[in-house]
Amino acid sequence: MNFFVDALPLYLNGARYTLLITVGGCALAFAIAMAVGILGSTRSAALRALASVYVEVFRGVAALVLMFWLFYAMPLLTGYRLEPVFAAILALGLNIGAYGAENVRGAIKAVPRSQYEATVALNLSWTQRMRLVVLPQAWAQMLPTFGNLVIELMKGSAVVSLIAVSDITFVAQQLRTFTGETVLAFAAALVTYFVIAQVFVALMRLAERSANRRLGRIPARPRRRAKPAGAAAKGGAA
Amino acid sequence: MTFDWGFVGEAMPDLLTGLRYTVQATVLGYAVALVVGLLVAIVRRGAPPLVAGTVHWVMEFIRCTPLLVQLFFVFYVLPGVGIELSPLTAGVIGLGLHYAAYTAEVYRSGMEGVPRGQWEATRALSLPAHRVWLAVILPQAIRRVIPALGNYLIAMFKDTPLLFAITVPELLFEANQLGGQYFKYLETMTVVGLLFVVVSVPSAIAIRLLERRYAAV
Amino acid sequence: MPQSDDTAPRAETEAAGAPAAAPEPAPAAGAHDGDGPLIRFERVVKRFGDNVVLRELDFNVEAGERVTLIGPSGSGKTTILRLLMTLETVNGGVIWVNGDPLSHMRKGERLVPANERHQRQVRRKIGMVFQQFNLFPNMSVRRNITEAPVHSLGVSREEADQRAEELLEMVGLGDKIDEHPTRLSGGQQQRVAIARALAMRPEILLLDEVTSALDPELVAGVLDVLREIARTTDITMLAVTHEMGFARDVSHRVLMFDEGQIVEEGPPEQIFGEPREERTRSFLHAVLESG
Repeated sequence: MNFFVDALPLYLNGARYTLLITVGGCALAFAIAMAVGILGSTRSAALRALASVYVEVFRGVAALVLMFWLFYAMPLLTGYRLEPVFAAILALGLNIGAYGAENVRGAIKAVPRSQYEATVALNLSWTQRMRLVVLPQAWAQMLPTFGNLVIELMKGSAVVSLIAVSDITFVAQQLRTFTGETVLAFAAALVTYFVIAQVFVALMRLAERSANRRLGRIPARPRRRAKPAGAAAKGGAA
Repeated sequence: MTFDWGFVGEAMPDLLTGLRYTVQATVLGYAVALVVGLLVAIVRRGAPPLVAGTVHWVMEFIRCTPLLVQLFFVFYVLPGVGIELSPLTAGVIGLGLHYAAYTAEVYRSGMEGVPRGQWEATRALSLPAHRVWLAVILPQAIRRVIPALGNYLIAMFKDTPLLFAITVPELLFEANQLGGQYFKYLETMTVVGLLFVVVSVPSAIAIRLLERRYAAV
Repeated sequence: MPQSDDTAPRAETEAAGAPAAAPEPAPAAGAHDGDGPLIRFERVVKRFGDNVVLRELDFNVEAGERVTLIGPSGSGKTTILRLLMTLETVNGGVIWVNGDPLSHMRKGERLVPANERHQRQVRRKIGMVFQQFNLFPNMSVRRNITEAPVHSLGVSREEADQRAEELLEMVGLGDKIDEHPTRLSGGQQQRVAIARALAMRPEILLLDEVTSALDPELVAGVLDVLREIARTTDITMLAVTHEMGFARDVSHRVLMFDEGQIVEEGPPEQIFGEPREERTRSFLHAVLESG
């Protein structure tokens, strides 16, 4: 019990870094996902090609490799060294953003064609069509996968411990070294991650429910966990 | 600083040795994930609620926590209880268990896709349980989830660089070592990134073709 | 409506069966700046793959005229409306609206396929009501009706709101303005869709089987609204419908289609009363039998 009392402040401090990187990475990933996903759903073949090159390349490289490249290799190229936290946010954002872009593209494609036709009949421009009709409707469809990606990014943030950012994983490593309590050190880290994940899951579920309510779809009964967290990211390689 | 192609040539043999470990870990870990995931899916379907529920939450726990920490756990904890593991074995176990939590969900969706009539037919024929699974349910369930399982093979391949953290001499490990030794991070890390793209992009395209082929089923 | 002076009298004299006659030289043209008809199809060809839906179709619609398209399914009626709405593009020929090519634009002396900007310019005048209503589920009834006028026509919010209230009153849904469209019955949704189309003040209203998706008891309410619009406005209407009673009541002219061609056309009394073509007779027979 003593171990936990002493270690709790350390884990909480580590959780601050984990959360910082998760939130920062999510913001970046979200911006990329929207921009690249919308590009990928345009009629221009050139823009679509651009979007799919981005998606394939950044899904193809693991966030860890990308982070190492940004942290170790890029300074040799540019002479400018990134802050470790920033390198991590960039790597995770670029990587998860590629998965998010596919999600956005798919959700846009899933908006019924008849809705698109109604916007033509009302003479809306492309921008108006996207902003007023397509994206608000696609939003509800995007959310479940976005939820999985948030969890995926949060888990992925553990790699920052390898470039000496003192996140939860780093704290666990330190405690293992200094106290020798291997099992407790890592078990506490796992539980902390799990708790954070459950909070994100709950928040995303609230967001999903409100999005569905706005579209007039009131779920008859609370949905069971539809997909495993992160399945879309991990399984979304295709 | 310019990109030193000569160094890339010199480093290639070491990097390819690393790639061999990467591939080895992927293949073995994937085998573990396929088998354990299937067992988990069957248990969740067939076992009493308490057992099935427990298994469900264990899997949920695995899916919601970082693979890296799980690898550390296996690597540092198991030797503590007297089980001596090579880094590669620990990595294969860690990868395999982590991905079993995902493949279990894939199998489950495949089983749910088997029409109810098929289950009822097995009952009508009063087939023994192992015949029900082996001869009727699994062949149908697995066939329709082959592309989804394939996606996890690629995903796992992309996660193998994490084994670097538990000293498996895989691709990233070699690259990091060579990079540190000669201060040639730019060359080694770029090559690692390219190798990953070169392997995973064509694989992803292959999976998409598989998907198209099995989608008709 | 700008061309009201021109068209109101015609609406009253339609019983004479004149509208099908040669295009009049539009005496008091008003906003109608072309010399010819409001809508002109000129040897229009539309194919879907190997399937030729329209083969060199020619026909005109005058400003203020109400035209009903009937015929067996697959005869190309809906395609005509979709081409006018720029939801499809022609494979041959030209569609003219108000003297402007819709599917094409002028580039010096030549006509080239229209770009998005040109199409937006021309289709300002055109509104459409769909078989499946196509209301936006992410907006209230009010916003369904007001968004396009505000964003596309530049009308102020207040003005758009007031117009929405008037239109909803007209279609008998004044109390539903803040409802969510998914809470309404099909007939109510279709009436909102009609109000939404009218809010854009179109000169041409396209009605694509607007009652086909409705339960039988809801059809009458929607048709009453359309009859009212026909009675009180001079909007040019093109309707594809299987409601022969409605076609008889409101249209100036009926076009019978089969296999992408006009088989027969004339005032409703003639088409429904004494059809000349065998194909028209058998089609009407089949429809009236089942109806």
